[in-house]
Amino acid sequence: MPPVMPGPDAVAAEGDPDALPVPTYRSLAAPVRRPVDKFELLPAFLKVRGLVKEHIDSFNYFITKGIKNIVQANNRIEARSDPSIYLRYKDIRVGEPSVQVDFRVETITPHFCRLTDRTYSAPVIVDIEYTVGKTHVVHRKPNFIIGYMPIMLRSYACVLNGKDEAELARYGECPLDPGGYFVVKGNEKVILIQEQLSKNRIIIDTDNKKRVIASVTSSTHEVKSKTVIVMDKEKIYLQLNQFTKPIPIIVVMKAMGIQSDQEIVQMVGRDPRYGDLLYLSIQECASERIYTQQQALQYMDDKVMFPGPGNVKEGRSKTLLRDVFVAHVPVENGNFREKCIYTAVMLRRMLDAILNSDTFDDKDYVGNKRLELSGQLVSLLFEDLFKTMNSFAVDRMNKNSDMARSSPLDFSQLIMQQDLITTGLERAISTGNWDIKRFKMHRKGVSQVLSRLSYMASLGYMTRITPQFEKTRKTSGPRALQPSQWGMLCPCDTPEGEACGLTKNLALLTHVTTDQEEGPLMNLCYSLGVEKLSLLSGEEIHAPGSFLVMFNGLILGKHRQPQRFAKSMRTFRQSGKIGEFVSIFVNEKQHCIHIASDGGRVCRPLIIADKGRSRVKEHHMKELRDGVRSFDDFLRDGLIEYLDVNEENNALIALYEHLDQDDVQRSSITHIEIEPMTILGVVAGLIPYPHHNQSPRNTYQCAMGKQAMGNIAYNQLFRADSLLYLLVYAQRPLLTTKTIELVGYDKLGAGQNATVAVMSYSGYDIEDAIVMNKSSLDRGFGRCIAMKKYTVTTEKYANGTISDRIAKPQRDKDGALIKQNMRALDEDGFVAPGQIIRNHDIYVNKQTPKAIPKTPGTTLTDRDYKDSPAVYKGVDGETTVVDRVMLCSDTNDKLTIKCIIRHTRRPEVGDKFSSRHGQKGVCGTIVQQEDFPFSERGICPDLIMNPHGFPSRMTIGKMIELLGGKAGVSCGRFHYGSAFGESSGNADHVDDISHTLVKHGFSYNGKDFLYSGILGHPLEAYIFMGPIYYQKLKHMVLDKMHARASGPRVLLTRQPTEGRSRDGGLRLGEMERDCLIAYGASMLIFERLLLSSDPYQVQVCRKCGLLGYYNYKLKTSFCSMCKNGENMAKMRMPYACKLLFQELQSMNVVPRLKLTEG
Amino acid sequence: MDMDDVPTQQRNKLPDHLERQRTRVTCKADAPTHTQGFQYSGAFAAMGVDNSVSVEKFCNSFKIKINRLTEDDMEFDMIGVDASIANAFRRILIAEVPTMAIEKVFMVDNTSVIADEVLSHRLGLIPLDADPRLFDHISDDVPNERNTIVYKLHVSCEKGSQRLTVKSGQLEWLPEGSQLLMASAAQGEKQKTYTSFGQSQKNISGRSIGVKYKDITIARLGPGQAIELEAHAVKGVGKVHAKWSPVATAWYRMLPEVVLLKEIKDGEAEELVKKCPVNVFDIEDLGNGAKRAVVARPRACTLCRECVMGPTGEQVELRRVRDHFIFTIESTGALPPEVLFTEAVKILEEKCERVISELS
Ligand code: SF4
Repeated sequence: MPPVMPGPDAVAAEGDPDALPVPTYRSLAAPVRRPVDKFELLPAFLKVRGLVKEHIDSFNYFITKGIKNIVQANNRIEARSDPSIYLRYKDIRVGEPSVQVDFRVETITPHFCRLTDRTYSAPVIVDIEYTVGKTHVVHRKPNFIIGYMPIMLRSYACVLNGKDEAELARYGECPLDPGGYFVVKGNEKVILIQEQLSKNRIIIDTDNKKRVIASVTSSTHEVKSKTVIVMDKEKIYLQLNQFTKPIPIIVVMKAMGIQSDQEIVQMVGRDPRYGDLLYLSIQECASERIYTQQQALQYMDDKVMFPGPGNVKEGRSKTLLRDVFVAHVPVENGNFREKCIYTAVMLRRMLDAILNSDTFDDKDYVGNKRLELSGQLVSLLFEDLFKTMNSFAVDRMNKNSDMARSSPLDFSQLIMQQDLITTGLERAISTGNWDIKRFKMHRKGVSQVLSRLSYMASLGYMTRITPQFEKTRKTSGPRALQPSQWGMLCPCDTPEGEACGLTKNLALLTHVTTDQEEGPLMNLCYSLGVEKLSLLSGEEIHAPGSFLVMFNGLILGKHRQPQRFAKSMRTFRQSGKIGEFVSIFVNEKQHCIHIASDGGRVCRPLIIADKGRSRVKEHHMKELRDGVRSFDDFLRDGLIEYLDVNEENNALIALYEHLDQDDVQRSSITHIEIEPMTILGVVAGLIPYPHHNQSPRNTYQCAMGKQAMGNIAYNQLFRADSLLYLLVYAQRPLLTTKTIELVGYDKLGAGQNATVAVMSYSGYDIEDAIVMNKSSLDRGFGRCIAMKKYTVTTEKYANGTISDRIAKPQRDKDGALIKQNMRALDEDGFVAPGQIIRNHDIYVNKQTPKAIPKTPGTTLTDRDYKDSPAVYKGVDGETTVVDRVMLCSDTNDKLTIKCIIRHTRRPEVGDKFSSRHGQKGVCGTIVQQEDFPFSERGICPDLIMNPHGFPSRMTIGKMIELLGGKAGVSCGRFHYGSAFGESSGNADHVDDISHTLVKHGFSYNGKDFLYSGILGHPLEAYIFMGPIYYQKLKHMVLDKMHARASGPRVLLTRQPTEGRSRDGGLRLGEMERDCLIAYGASMLIFERLLLSSDPYQVQVCRKCGLLGYYNYKLKTSFCSMCKNGENMAKMRMPYACKLLFQELQSMNVVPRLKLTEG
Repeated sequence: MDMDDVPTQQRNKLPDHLERQRTRVTCKADAPTHTQGFQYSGAFAAMGVDNSVSVEKFCNSFKIKINRLTEDDMEFDMIGVDASIANAFRRILIAEVPTMAIEKVFMVDNTSVIADEVLSHRLGLIPLDADPRLFDHISDDVPNERNTIVYKLHVSCEKGSQRLTVKSGQLEWLPEGSQLLMASAAQGEKQKTYTSFGQSQKNISGRSIGVKYKDITIARLGPGQAIELEAHAVKGVGKVHAKWSPVATAWYRMLPEVVLLKEIKDGEAEELVKKCPVNVFDIEDLGNGAKRAVVARPRACTLCRECVMGPTGEQVELRRVRDHFIFTIESTGALPPEVLFTEAVKILEEKCERVISELS
């Protein structure tokens, strides 16, 4: 025990030498004196893994293995009439991304697709074998294309796979772009990670009536079903959708062939308490006089919901039991025993939960969740389309086989009849609607457009996890931070508002598993001493000391020495004999060992420790630094392993290698974290010193970091995004974090280091507003470029014989332009790049034919065209410049013209800025430099922030950022502020920063002696001043400001239009109206709601009270009801009101106005 | 202070603590005090001390001492003025002394990655080596040799060659005015350019008007890219845009005064000396191994306040002399700093005259 730290444990140890020291925070978290610098593992990990490896991995799995499995399972189609006419798929693979242009195959690159609105897709190639006609001659056709599949960027099938920076540059691709998305019709689409409850696992929970239920969602390739066992009034029932009523569980057991009640109880467990709880259920069964399997099945047959064809209920329930009830448990040769045992285990877990409420499962526990990735989703889609295609082919064949034809049909002609697969995949990914009837899947918004607002926004999109449940639920449970999220899901990065806590993000090191082959693993388990179920009697299953072995939700058998079994399995994993993502989890409470190899589990790498000693030693790290060891070598050598959420429960994970060598606790440490900062995600990783901030601030920053302008990619100027915001002089933050360097934010920054003075100035800084220095703005601070894309397509008419045309700008004989708004046009009729373009200027001088000629083939003359120019709608008084004009033909061979118009903006009052600590504020005023305060060294801040921003926000991280930044500029070294990095050297200590400051003549607390710029005397306080990284957010006044005196009106109601884009009016709503009523300002209401809105003069008949009209010829008003004009009165009313009356009349409702003399 | 002391006090002299408040800013560890000084002329009338400003007093006490003068920057002491006057000079230097800067850019060709507006902005910020006193402010937009300096930039990067960095030195001065022809000239007339120079600017300047620093990066060109443009520089003031500010910055600080209230000896003295990052204190050997801290270089004090914190904190007092300014001017290069200051004085003079004439 080191004498320096007499913690509470030391006291305990001294007081009672036998007592185990209590592990304190200190004893677990304290670093070693000379720690092995494990940080290098992080870049090594990210190098092999990339930032979005989970997406790419899952897609790779699909195109290499998954697709083959699907085709394997459905590899033969045959005509119904004659099974000898068939087609067999022998192999399937995904080719190189390409398009077919006039029977030529051209390879394509993602960037080409982005620019030309194409889909980045590759042919799906099959080798087929089929018979033609009735001759039974087998034909073979290799390399047959059945469709095109959108390809994920950087996957194996992508041209970018494995390319280095120079090659990527040649492809027009940004090397920092992580890939993992698709390009569909020119749009970048991400398939978001979907969160689901894990399949094939027993979940014990209570339903909304507070009854205990055990539910299993079974999912195999063939069926998906949900089985619920519920305890109602102390009796246990099975609920299945296919039964009209709950079935007593004992009846079910009997129906599955267990005759004696004793065996049932034995299967559940010998504990008399189980028997007590089962007693009523057994009694119920007996009271129904069900003793045999036959009786039980008969009983159940009566309760079947949809009797099969011909109302034959007989035998239905047996099929249901076999195919629907816990469908994932196989029934081999009609042997229901496995299902019985499974049911018994379900019952046992349920009864356990009743006896001890601790054993309830937590639905929000991350270990009970599975993440569905793009590969799986595309695979479902493909499977459906593939099957549909085949069944179509079969249908056609059947139809055609009846007809006599000269050349016999064969399947190879039928399968590619429509491009079902191509369009199906394309449509699903581009709309995001996954409607797969075959799998009862109807999901919307599965894929979304990848946000390219900033580099962080796109990265954030790739790691986002969308929830399954509807967002409207007010429940707090699923929204709360789960302890099991530690290290797997970012605790900061979640949106505010309705999706708060439901939409999550992956942490930096999280990996999502893909499926792994089960067969070899099962065999391994058996050879390691798992006893098969079929050999065990009900009694033996739950014999004390032995654990059930569950494999992906199936009961494999039991093992007598569970710990030894788990240990040897783990040893196999560590030595690379079985997949690194297989998890072995010993559940002591349930007496179970769970082995999981299924896809969608989250896991993360950890350093293995033997009795608290890290297996990663200094020499390993040296080898890594020297480049002779990669991250995979660490895995292979058993130094590092992946643990999933469940297995983490069997581990004791220390933050750092243990300091205290004699500590008893030491020996139980099994793993060591690679870096504590990796519990945060990518987006939260760019916050410096996040562990010093109040937690919601980090969450706010995660949302705002995605709106910050900066550089989005190296190829940003060659992209054609519909809206692109760029910062002119983006900088790398002075106070960086290790995450920033790992993800490349230092190369594609989104902000600038502003010298900030925290003081009050001028009163224009209330409510978080900031005061900006005009000279800084003059010199380029916060200057940004907004690029907007305007697309014009030339339409084609009459089967493509006639189309729109682009005309030269029309000039008079002196050569002057006829229309002034053509001044930006070039001689070819397109706007010229580099030209200044103003509001109402034409950017494409398009003309459309006036009419489509009746006779095809007539050439149209100039007179047959009318102008339909594309007119630029910009802000008056702003100078916008044409950046680029791009011409391309789209997939329908129409000419598409994309004009990119650029606007360089300097910050103005009302633009939104934010630091990296969730401290947003608008620019309140812009002040001349000479009015700004200046320091003893002549430093003048770029912006002034009000100190009131600090007390309630508690963003200490921002203060440390200021100090660190100031120390950084004075000593010339970038300072670090990684999360929790102080003890591992990844963040600078405030002490050290203060020392640096003092060394360079600043005060240790960062407060400077400032002089007032206006009066010249010193300010009466020392001012906290230094550089803070500020982000300019996309919300700018220019895009939002709006005012209207009078303007356009809606056609129908003649009321002013709504919304800024239509130059609409501002609505005086109900509540505003209420205020005016309460105040009694009746004339104001009158003016607002009638005069300034939609006044209309109507003629009202005083007699019948209906609206009449004014006859201009006779110059009298007339009532068409009374057929005279005698009692007409003029009045003003809102047009909408008149409209209402007329609409009512059209519905046979008579609104009558009763007029009185006023 | 006892009441008895008052009569014994000398006339026309404030008691020490008031005198200190009047002439010094005291920088305590937590905050500076007495920063504003006493403006009211009769603030000490009760004690018979006149606090008014007078030309006579000013003439007697005003002093300027130049400490450092180089081509681009200077530091001088301005003694005996109020902060407002010193500040007026600073403000004028930053915002009101005119210079020449590029204001209009005529783009002929720009195929570089840098946008036209950004390129123009960068050009605008390049300091020019032009004496603004030779030029007029441009009025009613007729550019002539008296108000406009024209530069040309024509660079291209050959296909297949290395990337090229365009430096400010590649801006070429056109003393004869613009070479770009106006687009729409009526027939028969001579083609007009964008300037109408009556004579060569060489006659006006006598030396070539280039840029001050030739190594400022303007843009980078990749193979096959080119920039061709003409830039027109006009006279302006920093108030309008920072590019016209003749100084990188100009500022002052008040003369530091470090006072040891008590004698600090031996160990404490050494500690104090070690504390100061800029070596304000020295050790004086008193013989017999005894040491004493003395204030040796108070001017160097950056006010880090290390010495007023900790155990010796009570013994040291940091002050600033209220009417002694250490003034620094960092010129951007158009005019030498000393000229800038005289220009500033002239502008202030003008302003005063304007006030006087308006008043009378
Ligand atoms: S304030 Fe700092 S620089 Fe000035 S004398 Fe004290 S220690 Fe030295």
